[in-house]
Amino acid sequence: MNEPPDLIDKAARALARFALIGAVLLAAAGAFAYVGGWLSPSRLTQDRMIAAFRSAGGEHPGFRRNHAKGLCVTGWFEGNGNAVGLSKAAVFATGRSPVVGRFALAGGMPSQRDAPATVRSMALRILPPGGEEWRTGMNNIPVFAVNTAQGFYELLVASTPDPASGKPNPAAMKEFLARHPETVRAMALIRARPISSGFADSTYNSLDAFRFVNAAGVSVPVRWAAVPLQQFAPETEAQHTDPDKNYLFDDLIARIQRQPLQWRLVVTIGQPGDPTDDATLPWPDERRHIDAGSVSIDRVSSEDQGACTDVNYDPLVLPPGIEPSDDPLLSARSAVYARSFTLRAGEKQSKPPSAVTTSEVQAGGTR
Amino acid sequence: MSLHQARFPAVSRWLHWLMAVMVLTMLFLGVGMAASVSECYRFLVAIHRPLGVAVLVLAAIRLVNRLINPPPALPDGLPPWQRVAAKASHVLLYALMFLMPLLGWGMLSAAPYPVVIYGSLRLPAILPQDPTLYAWLRQLHTDFAYLFFAVFLVHFGAALMHGLIRRDGVFQSMASWGGRFTPKSS
Repeated sequence: MNEPPDLIDKAARALARFALIGAVLLAAAGAFAYVGGWLSPSRLTQDRMIAAFRSAGGEHPGFRRNHAKGLCVTGWFEGNGNAVGLSKAAVFATGRSPVVGRFALAGGMPSQRDAPATVRSMALRILPPGGEEWRTGMNNIPVFAVNTAQGFYELLVASTPDPASGKPNPAAMKEFLARHPETVRAMALIRARPISSGFADSTYNSLDAFRFVNAAGVSVPVRWAAVPLQQFAPETEAQHTDPDKNYLFDDLIARIQRQPLQWRLVVTIGQPGDPTDDATLPWPDERRHIDAGSVSIDRVSSEDQGACTDVNYDPLVLPPGIEPSDDPLLSARSAVYARSFTLRAGEKQSKPPSAVTTSEVQAGGTR
Repeated sequence: MSLHQARFPAVSRWLHWLMAVMVLTMLFLGVGMAASVSECYRFLVAIHRPLGVAVLVLAAIRLVNRLINPPPALPDGLPPWQRVAAKASHVLLYALMFLMPLLGWGMLSAAPYPVVIYGSLRLPAILPQDPTLYAWLRQLHTDFAYLFFAVFLVHFGAALMHGLIRRDGVFQSMASWGGRFTPKSS
């Protein structure tokens, strides 16, 4: 009881030093946990986005979390030199670059029935000689439905089927649209698009803006589109009622096996003031367009064997001469695609066959 | 306890603190990247890759430096288990400084993603394309990052114990910057 005061003082100081060390370590660990998102359960992270895809489309190991139903193709890009003054990317010089591509339907359901209104996509991995690489994913809609990752997440949640009814809750969608006027405007443009008879005569748009940088370092905002050389034919009533649930893919297989399909790569040059950070807003029609070359697709294979299956069509895999814009969706897409790719790469051994099988492709698109 | 005499040579101290900042930056960038869907993501990735390569290069330089300039001996009074812990944690830290960049480079190669350092500067692939291998390496990259951070906490905590509790000169041997170094006896 009668400790000398200096000893108590010494013990107290030692205790304070221990406490200081503990506090410093705790602060370091806390900062790490905060950056990793563990302390903020409401923050939108890659895991939460992937979980939202799972809720909306179901659990499908080995498949892409979005645009899950697809078909592999190969062909080439033929640059014509027209875009060389705008971008120093080797792909735009005259000459051929091999392409590993993929056509797909939006949504996380790998066996969904083909349907006219479902968004169609074309993804390309272009490998010009010299080691540069360009990956791009384009959709057959004029603008994107949302302009932020948060908006995309909320839209996904609002369109998730109610477990009881099996259908999305209309009240949730109404509530979402009330808070997102940009989506209301974009949906009107998306619904008004002419829907073609198939993948072959669809136009696919980059939606996000990018920047082209030329050899002199001059940078211009751009968007691009793959515009079909195949004659446009509208979707017909007979197609809607086709019992073949892969009718769009089977048509694509048959057409590629008949003759190579071609698209012009049309680059639209933005003007100052054109929105580059908002994929829901179209650019004015009178903007300058450049035909930068053509995409030819001459071979098709099922995802079960095709070269596209193991490709992540990350929109930020860009060659020097093509750079990201300030569109926040580019980072979001890149991040979530990467997570999706990591997950499905790890599930490869347990992946069931794709909806469009190798035998279906060999049979020329007949089931 | 005996006198703890020596201080790390200046080059060792510079390398240590430079890499401390870089490694911590990498760990925070990495854990942030893996969670992020924000517009920061692409900038985090753009810093993470060249910084990782720099860590690999500096780790090699540092290992050579360690052979040329061996670290000063630990104080005599240090309990054996702490000597073992010090040795083991340093081996782990060195191993992770090499492994983490190599895992990152290897997993990008196996994916395959182009290993872009800056602009048109790219590194060659060091592994063939293999999705299963990629998924495995990607998981290891995460697991080792957590291990790295945990070992950092142990290392940092031990350093503070030496500096504030034991006061045996071990902390000062790395963390003193004055021209004159006064060894501490306790």
